[in-house]
Amino acid sequence: MTALLQSTFNGLVSGAFYALLALGLAVIFGMLRVVNFAHGAFYMLGAFGAYVLLAEAGVPFWVALVVVPLALALLGMALERAFIHRLTRLDPLYNFLLTFGLTLILQDLVKLRYGVQSSPYEAPAGLRGSVDFGLFDFPTYRVFILGFAVAVCVGVWWALARTRVGMIVRAATERPELTRALGINVGRWITPVFGFGIALAGLAGVLAAPMRAVNPLMGADLIIVVFAVVVIGGLGSIFGSVAAGFGIGMVQAWAEAYLSAFPIVAQTIVFIVMAAVLLWRPAGLFGRAEAPA
Amino acid sequence: MLRIENLSAWYGEAQVLRDAGLHVDPGEVVTLVGRNGAGKSTLLRCVMGLHTGWRGTVELGGTALGNLSADRRARLGLGWVPDDRGSYATLTVTENLTLPPTVGPDPWSLERVYEAFPALYQRRNSAATTLSGGEQQMLALARVLRMGARMLLCDEPTEGLAPLLVQQVGDLLREAKRHGVTVLLVEQNLRFATSVADRHYLLAEGRVTAAMENSEVRSRERELLSYLGI
Repeated sequence: MTALLQSTFNGLVSGAFYALLALGLAVIFGMLRVVNFAHGAFYMLGAFGAYVLLAEAGVPFWVALVVVPLALALLGMALERAFIHRLTRLDPLYNFLLTFGLTLILQDLVKLRYGVQSSPYEAPAGLRGSVDFGLFDFPTYRVFILGFAVAVCVGVWWALARTRVGMIVRAATERPELTRALGINVGRWITPVFGFGIALAGLAGVLAAPMRAVNPLMGADLIIVVFAVVVIGGLGSIFGSVAAGFGIGMVQAWAEAYLSAFPIVAQTIVFIVMAAVLLWRPAGLFGRAEAPA
Repeated sequence: MLRIENLSAWYGEAQVLRDAGLHVDPGEVVTLVGRNGAGKSTLLRCVMGLHTGWRGTVELGGTALGNLSADRRARLGLGWVPDDRGSYATLTVTENLTLPPTVGPDPWSLERVYEAFPALYQRRNSAATTLSGGEQQMLALARVLRMGARMLLCDEPTEGLAPLLVQQVGDLLREAKRHGVTVLLVEQNLRFATSVADRHYLLAEGRVTAAMENSEVRSRERELLSYLGI
């Protein structure tokens, strides 16, 4: 029982990262119809941003948690204006080429300066140690991540469901042409939404710095699972991406705990789940068939 | 209010409008009738700025619309009522109504819309796509009236509706007209067309081939119906 609770908790923490990254991908895909393969690179830049600020300028974690996502949002918006907006009229293949190319460039720029070895980053003073849950202890920092990620997801949901900007994003995601014909300048929201999605990736990266190895390839390893999460949740579905993020985190943790006799299954469980979901619901668990423009 | 001259439009290589021209005066309700594929919807899409691949002149209130984007055109007072009714599944009924900005001097308030359509009020927090077809049509029309649009572009608002609902659509259009709203209406139902409109244009193979008064449509009804293939 204790083992189950503990692996569930661990799964939820991994799931928190999947959820934050998948949420950003979903918002970006909804508004731009672009699958951002560079998302993992921005997550990596988030973690590196926190590391560099602390190591070279003594900037603490809490400041990095605000500053790094904002800076990455600006970088993302600049890249959107310079390159990504050109994708709308092109074959989807260019979407892959451009954003994957950006990934390689960003990774190698970081490699050039910091090498491929992992850099240490300590959790902030208030979040070291562990919390006693009676049946088991759990690192304080992981409890914080879980609470923080859930709060961010709820906040994003609230903003989408209850604010005017959220309503415009939902409308433009569902029917871009109709939304323009109703007097909404959809184009004006595209760059900020892209920046927002990138900020979420950067936020996940900063959160990851104290518990994951900070190195140039950390995003590349994670993003493959995140794409599986997005497909399982339903491409473009906000709720689906978050739910699938936490769900897949747990499934992975359970597989590691209980299927250790079948390492091949445990390592590939995400993709087994993805294949099963696609056979059952080709648009993903919460996805809808593409609406007419 | 609306003047279209020498409007030609293409889908890829295929030309669907050939030098079409028409005008709608302020406060008029004018219908555009024609067979399926005659180019009626394309003409409306050109006016709204949703069609690429066109040439000609479209003027609203004396201003050439040129290459203005659809959202700019909407903010100049064009109200878009698409043939599929344009309901958002991810927006509630109230959100569907309040999404567009108000653009005209005399927009309907939300209260007025809900007073006129108690059925919409009852379903105000439901997803708009859960409404019946007739309710969705009322929603699409109420939405552009709430915008305060001066000129409505309605693509077959009565299609697939029961007679009672067709009558409601007619009442609503007549009420809009009483308040000075101008309407260009694509319509296949000639009885309905003559009950709400002042004049009619016949569109055939991308050209405007006839301009008719109500009396002429009524006297030529059989001939027109057989031509339209209804």
